[in-house]
Amino acid sequence: MRQTKIIRNVWLGIENLLLHKLRSFLTMLGVVFGVGSVVAMLSVGEGASKEALEQIRKLGSNNIIVSSIKSAEEEATSTQHSHMSIYGLTYEDYRRVATNFEGVQQAAPVKLTRKDSRLRERAMELRIVGTTHEWFELVPRQVLAGRVLLHSDQEKQAPVAVLTEFGARKILATEHTIGQTVRMGGDQFEVVGIVKSESGQAGNIQIPDQEIDAYIPIEVARRYFGDIFTKRTSGGDEREMVELHQILVRVDDPKKVEAVAAGIERMLESSHKKKDYVVSVPLALLKQAEATKRTFNIVLGSIAGISLVVGGIGIMNIMLASVTERTREIGIRRAIGAKRKQIIYQFLIETVVLSTTGGMIGLGVGVLIPFLITYFSGMTTLITLNGILLPLLISMTIGILFGLYPAIRAAQVDPIIALRHE
Amino acid sequence: MIEQSATRSDAEIVRLEDAYKIYQMGTQEVKALAGVSISFKKGSFWAIMGPSGSGKSTMMNILGCLDRLSSGRYYLESQDVSGLDDDSLSEFRLRYLGFIFQSFNLIPQLTVQRNIELPLYYLGWDANQSAVRAKELADEVGLGDRLDHRPTELSGGQMQRVAIARALANDPQIIFADEPTGNLDTRTGEQILELLVELNGQGKTIIIVTHESSIAERAQRRLHMIDGVIDRIDESSNA
Repeated sequence: MRQTKIIRNVWLGIENLLLHKLRSFLTMLGVVFGVGSVVAMLSVGEGASKEALEQIRKLGSNNIIVSSIKSAEEEATSTQHSHMSIYGLTYEDYRRVATNFEGVQQAAPVKLTRKDSRLRERAMELRIVGTTHEWFELVPRQVLAGRVLLHSDQEKQAPVAVLTEFGARKILATEHTIGQTVRMGGDQFEVVGIVKSESGQAGNIQIPDQEIDAYIPIEVARRYFGDIFTKRTSGGDEREMVELHQILVRVDDPKKVEAVAAGIERMLESSHKKKDYVVSVPLALLKQAEATKRTFNIVLGSIAGISLVVGGIGIMNIMLASVTERTREIGIRRAIGAKRKQIIYQFLIETVVLSTTGGMIGLGVGVLIPFLITYFSGMTTLITLNGILLPLLISMTIGILFGLYPAIRAAQVDPIIALRHE
Repeated sequence: MIEQSATRSDAEIVRLEDAYKIYQMGTQEVKALAGVSISFKKGSFWAIMGPSGSGKSTMMNILGCLDRLSSGRYYLESQDVSGLDDDSLSEFRLRYLGFIFQSFNLIPQLTVQRNIELPLYYLGWDANQSAVRAKELADEVGLGDRLDHRPTELSGGQMQRVAIARALANDPQIIFADEPTGNLDTRTGEQILELLVELNGQGKTIIIVTHESSIAERAQRRLHMIDGVIDRIDESSNA
């Protein structure tokens, strides 16, 4: 009963607004664009932050990534001929990181090198990642065929390789390739598995396997390929000696991640003469990304809020004009016996119908814009339930807020004067 | 004579006791009503007359619960309404009173049916019942085939009939008519008056405010006002 009465009142409001279609439509436009921009901006913001968060999460929120970098001084001197740069993390660093820190659950060393490789007739350059079986636990990858590296490969120093899907496809490896031989550099490796590739970049940290990779036991990599790499440059051969390119560390408790990272940083500081390493914490990046997202949302929210307020003022303006125009009607209703609050109710319903209809049209516009953005620019956009409900709720609130004053003005109309109003 | 009318009676519907309505116009006080005492019987037909500024409009506003007295008492259906707040006065208008105006005062954007239904809407009737009642009333005033028309599509006489139908929707005790024929030609005005007389015959109390004596002739009693007080009351010979 109560419900049907509300529906009836809303219908009466709609009927009244339909009497002035153009005016009602123009009045709504402010809210349409306000809500449209809120929805569109929220979805672009959500999409961007989702993309960033996902990539950081890929790195593992419990993980610390220590990478070797060429220090600034080294960069300057390395242009000289026949100079060999020696920098980066060492096997000793890895041993100490793995054993000396409380809270470190696992650590995996990473040694990178590039070699021309050949699988039957196909030849191409592969990035060879020398690591241990722990790597696959720290950076879980879906196994598409065969297996990943095992502890026993390590012990036996077995010449085995796990290929990434992406790399495998390039050299035309399939499931049947398992057990076959791939030549990397001058050495033969048995393909034991293919894992799914992960692509992308998070902040400045490269995800280790975004390239065409082959994983082999680190001991094997060291024995076969050594620690010295030669890069061909225009000025001649450039030689570098790097023991380890990365150390991946997993901490057992996310709360300890930052403390352990600081500990590793201190340890490296005392044992390295130069700053030839960098410690990154995905968790810290995650927090930073979330803080950025919050700021982003606040900024977008205020801009959208301003446009909604402008829309609301537009509605208020028209409703005030409408109250003046309908003074006589109000007087008639009051004379017949309408109470003040019923007049308020009537006008309030009209504004809320206006603003909510505007909100819904705006929602349509706001959903269309991110769709077009994604279509034309390929940017990720994301429309969340909040991104839809919030603007609708806000548009309704705008209707009530900006409708209240005109409605109260309407209710204050003196029926005696109103009835004589021409 | 005044005292005689003011005596209590069971059939009394309206009673004013020493009613004052004072407006402040700048520094000057204007007494629109300056001590009026009178009572109307249920089912009577009154005409309130007087030149403009005599207080006859104020009288109607007070009796119609559209305005409140500055001092004195007003009893409507034996209830003292002089101290009531705005909401309660609205409630009284809604339940006991009906209004007819010189300029019809229909809501232009509503159809004839919706105009007639208006009091029922505020009384909380459901849509179906209201529609049935509106049809009945429209038939009664001879506009049963005009329910879907808007007021602008009607003649003056038809509009006033709609207004009468609307005034009857809540089955009021008293119908107030403020110069009901003022915007109508003589013939149409006559028909409207006939309708009012007919309603009075059905037991409704009718109070007409007018300055035309030819119209006031139709009432049983005429209350002449001058300067906010009752000048005289006369009765029709046929009453």
